[in-house]
Amino acid sequence: MKGNEALAEAAIRAGCKCFFGYPITPQTEVAAYFAKKLPKVGGTFLQAESEVAAINMVYGAAAAGVRTMTSSSSPGISLKTEGISYICGADLPCVIINVQRGGPGLGGIQPSQADYFQATRALGHGDSRVIVFAPSSVQEMVNVVNDAFNLADTYRMPAMILADGLLGQMMEPVEFPETEAKTFDKPWATTGHANAREHNIANSLYLKPDVLEKSIIDRAARYAEIEKEHTKADCYLTDDAEIVVCAYGATARICKSAVNAAREKGIKAGLFRPVTLWPYPKKELIKASENAKCLLTVEMSTGQMIEDVKLSIDCKKPVHFYGRTGGIIPTPAEVLEQIEKLTGEGV
Amino acid sequence: MSVVFSKPHALTDAVLHYCPGCTHGIIHRLVAEVIDEMGIEGDTIGVCPVGCSVMAYDYFNCDMIEAAHGRAPAVATGVKRALPDKFVFTYQGDGDVAAIGTAETVHAAARGENIVIVFVNNTTYGMTGGQMAPTTLPGQITQTTPFGRDTAVNGFPVRVVEMLATLSGTALAARTAVDTVPHVRETKKMIRKAFENQKNKAGFSVVEVLSTCPTNWGMSPVDALERLRKDMIPYYPLGVYKDADIHNSPEVK
Amino acid sequence: MNTNILIAGFGGQGILFAGKILVYAGLMAGKEVSWLPSYGPEMRGGTCNCSVVIADAPIGSPLVTTPDVLMALNTPSLDKFIETVVEGGIVIADSTMIEQSAIDAAAKSRPDVKIFSLPATELADNNDLQGGANIILLGKLIGETGIISDEHFKAAVDKVVPPTKQKLRDNDVRAMKMGAEYA
Repeated sequence: MKGNEALAEAAIRAGCKCFFGYPITPQTEVAAYFAKKLPKVGGTFLQAESEVAAINMVYGAAAAGVRTMTSSSSPGISLKTEGISYICGADLPCVIINVQRGGPGLGGIQPSQADYFQATRALGHGDSRVIVFAPSSVQEMVNVVNDAFNLADTYRMPAMILADGLLGQMMEPVEFPETEAKTFDKPWATTGHANAREHNIANSLYLKPDVLEKSIIDRAARYAEIEKEHTKADCYLTDDAEIVVCAYGATARICKSAVNAAREKGIKAGLFRPVTLWPYPKKELIKASENAKCLLTVEMSTGQMIEDVKLSIDCKKPVHFYGRTGGIIPTPAEVLEQIEKLTGEGV
Repeated sequence: MSVVFSKPHALTDAVLHYCPGCTHGIIHRLVAEVIDEMGIEGDTIGVCPVGCSVMAYDYFNCDMIEAAHGRAPAVATGVKRALPDKFVFTYQGDGDVAAIGTAETVHAAARGENIVIVFVNNTTYGMTGGQMAPTTLPGQITQTTPFGRDTAVNGFPVRVVEMLATLSGTALAARTAVDTVPHVRETKKMIRKAFENQKNKAGFSVVEVLSTCPTNWGMSPVDALERLRKDMIPYYPLGVYKDADIHNSPEVK
Repeated sequence: MNTNILIAGFGGQGILFAGKILVYAGLMAGKEVSWLPSYGPEMRGGTCNCSVVIADAPIGSPLVTTPDVLMALNTPSLDKFIETVVEGGIVIADSTMIEQSAIDAAAKSRPDVKIFSLPATELADNNDLQGGANIILLGKLIGETGIISDEHFKAAVDKVVPPTKQKLRDNDVRAMKMGAEYA
């Protein structure tokens, strides 16, 4: 199954009832799949007039208490950031997919990982966070969709799946878990009070600074809990690794091939692959790099995740960088060359 | 002794923050009366805008959502699609409906989205201190048109209901005012009709209500009502611009 | 075992379809598989290639940059990718679509790879298999590499081509045989 379609199918199985989107390459298959399948299961697919409208429709449906999502690609996500900030401010759950392409501006349509900063730090103004998953295979796309909905509902906040055009277009075998989608009580939802309770308000406006501060501090406490409880990473051959390659998403696949090739040459290389980008799996990275002499971060950008890698280990070990960008995908040979260079230098 | 006048249940006890003489209060009351009379408070979700009515969520007793500037029709669409059997209305000003949210407004209408928009037109941005609005009249002095709105520079005002009446998804497009008792009664009638449309799944309904802003117009409330009659109604004629059964038009496939 | 296959040509030549048949057949044989298209923004006639990996262990990079097998359906694709084929690799080329000079040049620059050329498009046209050149080439690829069995090929065709198009299914099987048996 194609990555984009697997994402959509997983979302439907997770109980997503409303999808709102706007066409943009390379994620259009996500919307097309929803258009075909959602009405058949009693859900709503709606093509909005803009990315901005789409995320605000998500806001409305989330306030109404249903599982809802949108998907887009880099330039479209920039447009959505207004709505994402309001959704954070109103403490509403939803899932947002970014099938990244090259930027800035219109950029290109080939795979990219240049939106790491935006996803982990800047999905809208204000003191807010979004949980970010970075799947690395079609199967993992499926798995994280479910996790994303569950964490979004648990913590009443948006969750993003940060994919790229390569994962979206790729076809791999996939199995859908048999488990029933979890359901959550949503006593806060604006569903009409039915004369049975006080009116609910979904709102992000607090004109009194002390009230606003309290709401932000409450939210920050939830963020702290998420940082403690919900980091996830995949460590491959890191136990004895002298060089730990750090990469996420499609790039991690390429790096895995490079690590395998390095091992064949007798180089003790390992791969650290964060599955959650926010919260960043710091303790997992510290453990994975225990025996490492140095780290190599590989990204399809000019170096964004490298900041989290350095922060995670308090810059205690040298962290090197290799990246391709603009839609160019690094090859296993290029990464292997970097590994050889770094280990050969005896770092 | 009998009670002859009371606050509608659909309004909370919160004290309105609107300026003295502002007609937002009347329009809030009319919406609340319609909700009461139809007995739908428990089934209604309101969406408020950014602008003077930004805090309407504190005033209406039904469930409320505060939207980003201009996005109320999109938010309302999300709610309505998730809960098709509930009543969903937006309460928006001229900047929200006809400037930053034009796309959301027009496309909600084009989709025949089964919602109600109560659109309050007072020809100015009240909340931010009286800047030019998309409905500011030619020659009107505002903070950002200190020499009067010059159409050579700022173009022309948008006649919203006339525009929306051209769209096939619009079931009701009407303009009313709240300057006189008969006009207030007509306004309520149109808001009621809009909500009845929603009940009957008739399509998109918009009621534009000409309103006053004594504070930013720099007028007494009485003079402001006079301006509404003298300057606004000639430019924005009252009336029903569209009242149609969109589901049985020849275009419907 | 890890076989990296790159199928390249113009859009509309059935590049992605051929790749799909391969991965489904691999999947049915219990292998790890991945399929990754790479194409320009044009829907038809643009450059198009498809990475297919069939492996025994979980697949790292799904992007094939150094193919074990290159299946080339036009001249630019052969020119572009011939240098990336691994030592001892295999090239399957459609000699109807690729100029002989390009095939000769490829053979000269890469004496370490085995190049099989067959006039797949011509064979397809002459045998009432219009548009089947991709499967004829695939047949040759399967014949030379033995990467998938006939049964798995048939099962994959049944999976990818809907039952309403039985004639296409039959044609695909016929085209595959023609390619495999071409000498």
